[in-house]
Amino acid sequence: MIKIEHLNVFYSENKALTDVQLKLESGGIIGMIGPNGAGKSTLIKAILNIIPYSGRVLIEGKESKKFLKNIAYVEQKSNIDLTFPITVKECVSLGTYTGLKLFQKVGSKEWLRVAQALEKVNLSEYANRQIGELSGGQFQRVLLARCLVQEADYIFLDEPFVGIDSVSEKIIMDLLQYLKEQEKLILIVHHDLSKVKVYFDELIILNKEIIAYGKVKESFTHENLKKAYGDNIFIGD
Amino acid sequence: MIQNFINGLYEFHFLQNALITAVVIGIVSGAVGCFIILRGMSLMGDAISHAVLPGVAISYILGINFFIGAIAFGLLSSLIITYIKNNSLIKGDTAIGITFSSFLALGIILIGVANSSTDLFHILFGNILAVQDIDKWLTIGVSIFVLIVIALFFKQLLITSFDPLMAKAIGMKVNFYHYLLMVLLTLVSVTAMQSVGTILIVAMLITPAATAYLYTNSLKKMLILSSSIGAISSVLGLFIGYTFNNAAGSSIVITSAIIFAVSFLISPKQKFIRKRVKV
Repeated sequence: MIKIEHLNVFYSENKALTDVQLKLESGGIIGMIGPNGAGKSTLIKAILNIIPYSGRVLIEGKESKKFLKNIAYVEQKSNIDLTFPITVKECVSLGTYTGLKLFQKVGSKEWLRVAQALEKVNLSEYANRQIGELSGGQFQRVLLARCLVQEADYIFLDEPFVGIDSVSEKIIMDLLQYLKEQEKLILIVHHDLSKVKVYFDELIILNKEIIAYGKVKESFTHENLKKAYGDNIFIGD
Repeated sequence: MIQNFINGLYEFHFLQNALITAVVIGIVSGAVGCFIILRGMSLMGDAISHAVLPGVAISYILGINFFIGAIAFGLLSSLIITYIKNNSLIKGDTAIGITFSSFLALGIILIGVANSSTDLFHILFGNILAVQDIDKWLTIGVSIFVLIVIALFFKQLLITSFDPLMAKAIGMKVNFYHYLLMVLLTLVSVTAMQSVGTILIVAMLITPAATAYLYTNSLKKMLILSSSIGAISSVLGLFIGYTFNNAAGSSIVITSAIIFAVSFLISPKQKFIRKRVKV
């Protein structure tokens, strides 16, 4: 369980997040939506202690700093340099680092986990390719395989469905369902409102502060969306 | 010509020293250079290699080993650059430009105070044929140390170079590895000063690494290839410098530049990137 108490984040003089209070339980896929600049990625980075914040973030009752190795984080894939000399399997193997000692190398056990994860995302045959040779959807699956090998209980994904093909979307959704059955807590930053009901069990609507949080049926209402996005919001049903 | 060079190697101790030192520098600067170009820090490499100059001068004045002063000033410059970048509106490249030119100017003045202008010429442009035994062993020792550090911290250097945000997210001290790399960069800059000189060190750092980048799809392979290209450039450059009586340091740099130019035209990865750009 993740408990966020009175969380505030400032960027220079501007308040990016105001008094965020949340209690997220494991065993579900939680979506987080909000307009551009609403602070969605910022909230994730605050939980991960990547940016400074005031307030408290508790994971299983303890300071989140102590749980960082148990959180698998996939940033927006556009942030990653696809020309970097790293193969698909090496990229996935980064997820095993949290379990290795300071000078310990990735060993045969870890490579086996990497191979299994690549099989799960249906990319075994691409294991030795350079990451830039993959399509957007395939690379997103690589990042998800990296999450799998980390064997974390908390999984944060930032915009995983952007620019991917339907095959990758299906594979990713199946995998998220599998992780959900494993009682993982999955938090996904998302912007396409049309798929909210398909993807998520619970929904956080954010615009610098929490507008709504709860089961999708209860929180994904026109009224809440208007509060977050303004009067011009339109979603087809 | 080649026979003449080989005979020279048998005959002259200074040429043996030059060859060994140049090859070792080629290997170690090729390895460190990989991280420098992948992190987009080529300018930083240039800055630190120039900024060691006042340290070298002060070491001469104080009569201590030049490594000590050079490392102190190399690190000082990287701290100043990082501080200006993080605490002002000034962008990184501007901070680098201001810092390294000031350090270089200070170094030139101090060298003038400390010693004759011949020394300055050798520091700026290198004098591989004048390498003493002690310098050779120091270069070998420092280079082995740098390579061991890279091997030990390989996985940390890989993740902080490729995906620093993930590294931070899993609680790694990304800044520590930044400064570790700065230390390694400074060490390499000081050793390479003897072969190609302060002005051209950046070429030894980035040209072999950039060439290796055009051929490889994994960091380990890139490190090995870059070091090999660095070593080959050093041997060929020294051979050209010795045979045609040119400045050996500049010949080494030109050799590695020619290898890069050929690779730029023929490497399969480069063609691949071009294709991607067209699409």
